[in-house]
Amino acid sequence: MSVQEELQSARPAKLFIDRVTKHFLTRGGKVHALEDITLQINEGDFVCLVGPSGCGKSTLLNIIAGLEKPDAGQTLMDGKPVTQPGRDRMVMFQESALFPWLDVLDNVLFGLKFKPNLTSKERREVAEFYLRLVGLEEFAHANVHELSGGMKQRAALARALAPNPRVLLMDEPFAALDALTREQLYGDIQRIWAERKKTIVFVTHNVREAVCLGNRVVLFSPHPGRVREEFTVDLPHPRDINSVELAGHASRITRALSGYVEEPGKEFGAE
Amino acid sequence: MKRLLSSTIFFAALLLVWHYLVLRKYWSQVLLPDPAAVWEYLKIVVADGTLLAAAEVTMRRLVTGYLIGVALGIPFGLLTARFRMMEDTVGVMALGLQTLPSVCWVPLALLWFGQSEGAMLFVVVMGSLWSIIISTDNGVRHVPPIYARAARTMGASQFVTWTRVILPASLPFVVSGMKQGWAFAWRSLMAAEIFVPILTGFGLGQLLQYGRDLHAMDQVIGVMLAIVLIGLLVDKLLFSPVERFLHRRWGTGRV
Repeated sequence: MSVQEELQSARPAKLFIDRVTKHFLTRGGKVHALEDITLQINEGDFVCLVGPSGCGKSTLLNIIAGLEKPDAGQTLMDGKPVTQPGRDRMVMFQESALFPWLDVLDNVLFGLKFKPNLTSKERREVAEFYLRLVGLEEFAHANVHELSGGMKQRAALARALAPNPRVLLMDEPFAALDALTREQLYGDIQRIWAERKKTIVFVTHNVREAVCLGNRVVLFSPHPGRVREEFTVDLPHPRDINSVELAGHASRITRALSGYVEEPGKEFGAE
Repeated sequence: MKRLLSSTIFFAALLLVWHYLVLRKYWSQVLLPDPAAVWEYLKIVVADGTLLAAAEVTMRRLVTGYLIGVALGIPFGLLTARFRMMEDTVGVMALGLQTLPSVCWVPLALLWFGQSEGAMLFVVVMGSLWSIIISTDNGVRHVPPIYARAARTMGASQFVTWTRVILPASLPFVVSGMKQGWAFAWRSLMAAEIFVPILTGFGLGQLLQYGRDLHAMDQVIGVMLAIVLIGLLVDKLLFSPVERFLHRRWGTGRV
């Protein structure tokens, strides 16, 4: 396979989350992390999962990634059940999870190492392409600890994109960043989504962030984790998080959200 | 340059204290020879090759035993961290035997292997192996689980995850364990060489013991100095560069 072919965007995948349920056993008893979740995600969708902590949105992401198994139900990717992690669904975590013993380029190369049909020179070209895409080409040989928080997440994004996945799963990737850096990354991620045509599932508890990025916003409610409501955001990309229209959409969703984070006593009450 | 200067002044002061103690004649010159006498002894044994030959024998034993210790210790450390069963068996044994000074193995080693290189190797391996197992195990347990998760999403198999992610991630611990193992190996070997006069080679420990038998304290101290010097050299040439590399990569170390 040539580098040119490799660099062409893989066809985005369609996901179907089919009645997924997941419990955790803790000292306090059984926690219903997810209760009967059904969700259809189309090719090239940018879906944001929003909800208060404890609503199981990260658990759902891990199940799609294949890192965790549901107790009931299944996830289908283009009709095939997900049973384990795979390069077609790459994950970006809240912490960058970059490997400190490798420099930036080697981190990006790590995911490419297991891709067959590429020579090491080609892998390098691919890795450098993605470093350019996230604007880190100058930092290919920097150590991880030398990068700022935003640069770390850019490097993590390059590493996740490099194996050319069909689905990108992002678990609050910008939550630990300062506001300015985050706004830059909103621009980058919208540009990359448009250029690389990925199906993206993005977990966040920040409603504005969700509205800024997603074409769909799925609202979760906790205890047990359920899909509460779904919103379509049809503003054109690229969107500016500070725009008035966007704020209007966000406040609509925030109102819906506040309906069940109030009065936690009723929801968390001892049984 | 400043660091070199402070080191030089410190060691010169130590020599002066030593020389002063000799002048005070608290002990007889037979028991505490002057630095100059030790220097004379060292010049002679370096010139006639005795010291080098003994150091070579010792280093051969040390390196062989130590490499066996590392080659066994790292895989076993990974296994005890990975499998509960290994943790409850080999892990507990390592924890117990680590507390046992390996000189305690000398009598048994002598009976089992005779006055041979085998006895030496056995004692060195017993000295280094356990601490390497324990620090490898400890290192693995300090690896953030997210590294392994990230590797799995990138398509790494279990085996690759362990060799290419968990092992390098625990490297800072493994290296400090290897350093400790090296120090323990030295101690064990010196104990063994002092206690066991064997026919297959004449090491530094035996040279020291001969000095004691001949009441030649200049020889005893001279050999001690040689041992210290070799230890320092190995640390500076072998371990320090690796540690510097780790600190640079991880961004740890000097604050």
